Amino acid sequence: MTLSTERIQELQEIAKQVRVDIVSMVHAAKCGHPGGPMGMADFMTVLFMEHLNLNAENLNDPGRDRFVLGNGHTCAGYYALLAAKGLIPHEELLTFRKLGSRLQGHPHRTPEMGIDFSTGSLGTGLSAAAGMALGARLNGTAAHVYCTSSDGDSQEGQIWEAATSAAHFELANLTVIVDFNNIQIDGKMRDVMNVRDLRAKYEAFGWNALDVDGHDLGALDQALSETRNTSMPTAIIAHTTIGKGVGYMEDTSSWHGVAPDDEQLAVALAELGAAG
Amino acid sequence: MTLSPPLATGEVQKVATRAAYGEALLALGGQRDDVVVFDADLSGSTKTKAFGQAYPDRFFNFGVAEANMMGTAAGLASLGRQVVFASSFAMFATGKAWEQLRQCVCVPNLNVKVCATHAGLTVGEDGKSHQMLEDITLMRAIPNMKVIVPADSTEAKAAVLAAVDIPGPVYIRLSRASTRVILGDDYRFELGRGTVLRDGTDLAICACGVEVAEALDAAELLFAKGIDARVINLSTVDPIDEELVTAAARECGAILTVEEHQIRGGLGDAVAQAVVKHCPVPMEMAGMDGEFGQSGPPNDLLTHYGLDANGIAARAQELLRRKG
Repeated sequence: MTLSTERIQELQEIAKQVRVDIVSMVHAAKCGHPGGPMGMADFMTVLFMEHLNLNAENLNDPGRDRFVLGNGHTCAGYYALLAAKGLIPHEELLTFRKLGSRLQGHPHRTPEMGIDFSTGSLGTGLSAAAGMALGARLNGTAAHVYCTSSDGDSQEGQIWEAATSAAHFELANLTVIVDFNNIQIDGKMRDVMNVRDLRAKYEAFGWNALDVDGHDLGALDQALSETRNTSMPTAIIAHTTIGKGVGYMEDTSSWHGVAPDDEQLAVALAELGAAG
Repeated sequence: MTLSPPLATGEVQKVATRAAYGEALLALGGQRDDVVVFDADLSGSTKTKAFGQAYPDRFFNFGVAEANMMGTAAGLASLGRQVVFASSFAMFATGKAWEQLRQCVCVPNLNVKVCATHAGLTVGEDGKSHQMLEDITLMRAIPNMKVIVPADSTEAKAAVLAAVDIPGPVYIRLSRASTRVILGDDYRFELGRGTVLRDGTDLAICACGVEVAEALDAAELLFAKGIDARVINLSTVDPIDEELVTAAARECGAILTVEEHQIRGGLGDAVAQAVVKHCPVPMEMAGMDGEFGQSGPPNDLLTHYGLDANGIAARAQELLRRKG
């Protein structure tokens, strides 16, 4: 079933709020990573609002879905979506990266607010997600495990160890969404270390793999719907624009890990349609 | 607690601690359906194979990919139902996968038991690439990780059976070589608790792993020279038994530590931290002092690096000269 036009508009509003939250959180923290999560906001919104079976009511259900943010530095958007789902109070977002906050600079496993795993070191997330998928099978639950990765994350060798074993164990209940934005800290991904065609790579490892426009909510929803009916794990290569939604942040490595100042925040909020 | 009959009767029984691990796993498999075992293409050597044959649905071979194995173990354990035993050689389990043990297992404090075999010099002929001499240092540096170095097969089995109920990450260091069984069947393992195997007041020899048997023999050599050494099995290196170490420092006035491992960050450091905090006394640390090992039969290596009974007795006498 495809998303209705009305539902797509609602999701666009949520994704816009996620972007507003991201720039506001990173501004308040005076440090952090705004670019990546801005680019991921559309697919994270579709995943969290339409597919990931996680909410305040089923938090302790062993059979619920699991999520691992493999590219842990993009957690501002993850936290914003946990707030959108009512798992953390919205006002808590502005404690991000501050002493004593539950919202650490990279995610720390906190079951009571739905953070299933600790990440931050690239390359480690997909293995953990595969372990959860293996466990869901051992425990006889229908849980699906979702993991994010990125083009930069794919430069880590452990990703390909995990890809090998997830296919070997035929973990059909595992889906990775790869944020492919062509940007990493030191510049353009193709200049720093070109990972080339990730769809072809995942296919060669035995996965179902597909390329998707990472800002097309309908296409993302359809891709995520299809992952539930496969016999092998699925990799969705989401082609995104880093910093999406704020002109000066788009398609540049300079906003990978820099916080906007007061003036830049005002410009960003105005562009996102949330000036105030 | 009794020492194993062989010491009394002169009959020597030799069993590798890795073999005891395999037996303990097999027993656990029958008792508990939440025990899952991971290996990385070394199941014949690490002795997890018997579990895999008996419980194929709960055994997973990851091939030669230790980092992914540890990360996957953490993910599985995060669901809160299974206890994962993950095995490889100590070199690879703690060397290649150190970061995964830190980030994925210990940061979220998950129920993964790393049982690593082929640790230390007694790997023997495979030489320096396979003689892991830094694993105790690497493991005890990480918060939440408990570090156990069983003295013999009796203790290895007891420690593995205990580990399944110890919350969070545990590292158990096991050996390839068959070594003397020194503990009697009535031995009870308790995390964080050392054991005085031989009383004495001239000095205390604190040892772990295969060096405990060598320390007992060294104490006999010293006794023949009129020196009465206390021998302590400090099988839990972290958390160290501060009370027992402090009592030994106070009552003996000198402490010698012995380990088939680098002295930097190993048992010697753990004991020294307790001693300087509570009761500073002269100490010597027998072990590898900033060099790699080499190929050779295990016993020849222990002799060469001063880690057999004669070498330990010699170090004890040096220490007593400092004690004055």
